[in-house]
Amino acid sequence: MTDQSKQDLRCFHCGLPVPDGLELSVEIDHQAQPMCCKGCEAVAMAIVAGGMESYYQYRTEKSTTAKELVPDMLRQTEVYDREEVQRSFVRQSDENIREASLILEGIDCAACVWLNEQHIKGLPGVLEAQVNYSTHRARVAWDERKIKLSDILKAVAEIGYIAHPYDPSQHHQILEKQRKDYLKRLGLAGALGMQVMMFSIAMYNGDWWGMEQKYRTFIEWVSLLLTLPVFLYSGWPFYRAAWRDIRHRRAGMDVPISLGIIIAFGGSLYAMTGAGGHVYFDSVVMFIFFLLTARYLELVARKKASEHTEALIQSQATTAIRELSGNETEVVAAQELEAGDIVQVRPGETIPSDGEVIEGRSSIDESLLSGESRPCLKQAGAKVIGGSINIESPLRIRVTEIGQETVLSTILRLVERAQSEKPAIARLADRVAGHFVAAILLLAVVVAIYWYLKDPTQWLAITISVLVVTCPCALSLATPAAITAATGTLIRQGLLCSRGYALETLARVNHFIFDKTGTLTDGQLEIIQVLQLSDDLSEDACLLQAASLEALSEHPVARAFIKSCKTGLLAVDNLSSTPGSGLAGRINGKQFFLGSMQYIQQQTGLELKDNQSNRLEPGSRVLLSDQNDLLAIFVLQDAIRDQAAPLIDDLRQAGIQSLLFSGDDETAVSLVAEKLGIKDYRSSMLPADKLQQLRALQQQGATVAMLGDGINDAPVLAGADVSIAMGEGARYAAAAADMVLFRQDLNVIFRGVTTARKMMRVIRQNLSWALAYNIIALPLAAAGYIQPWMAALGMSASSLIVVANAMRLTK
Amino acid sequence: MEIIFYLIPIALVLVTAIVAGLFWAVKSGQFDDLEGPAHQILMDDEIYPEKTDKEKQQEK
Repeated sequence: MTDQSKQDLRCFHCGLPVPDGLELSVEIDHQAQPMCCKGCEAVAMAIVAGGMESYYQYRTEKSTTAKELVPDMLRQTEVYDREEVQRSFVRQSDENIREASLILEGIDCAACVWLNEQHIKGLPGVLEAQVNYSTHRARVAWDERKIKLSDILKAVAEIGYIAHPYDPSQHHQILEKQRKDYLKRLGLAGALGMQVMMFSIAMYNGDWWGMEQKYRTFIEWVSLLLTLPVFLYSGWPFYRAAWRDIRHRRAGMDVPISLGIIIAFGGSLYAMTGAGGHVYFDSVVMFIFFLLTARYLELVARKKASEHTEALIQSQATTAIRELSGNETEVVAAQELEAGDIVQVRPGETIPSDGEVIEGRSSIDESLLSGESRPCLKQAGAKVIGGSINIESPLRIRVTEIGQETVLSTILRLVERAQSEKPAIARLADRVAGHFVAAILLLAVVVAIYWYLKDPTQWLAITISVLVVTCPCALSLATPAAITAATGTLIRQGLLCSRGYALETLARVNHFIFDKTGTLTDGQLEIIQVLQLSDDLSEDACLLQAASLEALSEHPVARAFIKSCKTGLLAVDNLSSTPGSGLAGRINGKQFFLGSMQYIQQQTGLELKDNQSNRLEPGSRVLLSDQNDLLAIFVLQDAIRDQAAPLIDDLRQAGIQSLLFSGDDETAVSLVAEKLGIKDYRSSMLPADKLQQLRALQQQGATVAMLGDGINDAPVLAGADVSIAMGEGARYAAAAADMVLFRQDLNVIFRGVTTARKMMRVIRQNLSWALAYNIIALPLAAAGYIQPWMAALGMSASSLIVVANAMRLTK
Repeated sequence: MEIIFYLIPIALVLVTAIVAGLFWAVKSGQFDDLEGPAHQILMDDEIYPEKTDKEKQQEK
């Protein structure tokens, strides 16, 4: 095999490059396929042995690499067999039959769903297994006498996925129940509404051409029969919300909606009892159907947002290894830990709770919590935060804080508080609508009294005409219809709105605050400069030595080296690593050192001269040396996303000023700001500083949007007028954000802004049309020129026009 | 036009059936996952033989 073909060799299972000299393969579909590690080999063999080779044929994404996952998972699953741990997530339907919801990690195409279902179903003792593709959740029922839950979890791990229990006492579960509930109400309104509309067309015809009374009466009664369930059951959420508003002395949007429905229904009933006049059952059902549709779509969007967040919160450290007296250890659930317990955390594991390192030395990735992009070194005596990830070596940690006291809980509380302080634009809209409805009611009363005195036979018909014609139907549909259409369009492009007012605010935004790490940059280190210090080795050769030394490390720095090395790696002997500082090893009989300046100095006594270092770009520095000479300096930087610069440009042209707030140091931040053309940037900011600066901007009258990632941004996100969280790294931030960007594509942000502005244009058109219609129709109705049936027709037509106009946004 | 006195009640019965069907569908989870089944029809070959009723009895 030549060098060229070797470097192109990628693992058939996960798609990662196959390390040099490794010859693992599995026969899939009568052909030997290369594997990158023992883990992938085991997974692929399990899949083939199970006769599920067609998975490889149908999958659309490469699988998650099995390298580190499997052994750790297997060790921890047994804790889930214990009764007290199971209590929170397992349902017992029979004495021995149990059922649980599991979250599956690593599912990214339909073939994964099939593979998991087939694999779990095939286990003896499993009665049922269903995997939901949209939510990545599996429902499994099993016979406790034949199989343990841990065996099922292990079986899932065997094929390369991670399953962990899902606690159903969650926000998400409530939303799902609500969604089903709404779906039923909506379906009922739609099915019965169609019938009522059909009959009402017959009656409009009857008004025009004449109709025998017995048919009219019959159709009226049938319409009443059909409308009654819609009125009572489908309309119920509106009445409940309206009642809540009234009890709190607020005039919410649900009050006019409920009033409109109830008066139209009541008026129709009154007309049927012999008072004469028209019935408006068609208006009632249509009104309820349209409004429910808008609510339903909003609910679905909200549910989708919460799913992603909660799955990730759940996936945080669920188990811990606690030390017992002597040399024994036990695996316990993270919630069972108490202050003072001593736990062991292995490389790659999440730290279960806040604590203090008592033994060991390792890099910890706190990026989710502190926003610091580089892992920081912790040794005995250092504090660690629960939820951060141990990267390199095992640690022993004494738990200091638990439950509500941990940093993670505190940040989550901050988010909650900031959310309650949110400027509620939606409330303003409701207040305006409240005034509008109060004015209509007042007017209706005046009209009723006037006509009652002038012509008692006509007063009811005219009053109903006024109420129907001015029914804020088109007016109240104007905004939600446009918002729903725009929201739907953006979801398809990867931007999700979890709040109704997010787009409304986004259209008015004139300042855009960006976080740096993981937002404008992709959070991955990259080598941007190689400075050759000796003539012995060329730049490429230096890179090759360095990458070979780092080949086995999972550290982000190592990944940067391996990524930029273009040739096959060399074999290393006597590799020794000092976590957080550097590596040393023997390549072709020659000793090399790779690490920070300090490390190189300690190991070799060599020092960097000033004239060598002032030619360097800013960024983190890594040095390569042998026993006698410094060979090269590598400068590493967080790579800026390709779409970042066009986004800032587009925003500037749209009249939006971009700002960069970051927790990183001045040099790193100024470099990114300069490259992107952001004039206003601030560095070394704590979350509290960011929030303060943001409040200051808002006090100067700015409407601020914030794009962020990571939990440290969560309080700031919640304080911004409209906040967007980046999906992949967002996790907790997504809970506080108004919008979530699911694709790592910044272009979508600008598309969001344009769509939001277009949406506002449509809303303005809709509102002016609805108002113009009302202004023309109202005096005519009040003067008695409009029959109720004309009023109903006019109202329906005006609503349809509004909806049709909104639908333009879906294109 | 007397016929509508028969036809409309028939329509009502049909509509009731439709609504009942819809409620059943929602309750039994037909609307839980709107994406997955579209892909699943492409790979429906069961590799494990369906468990017979007798086996199911035994497992319980």
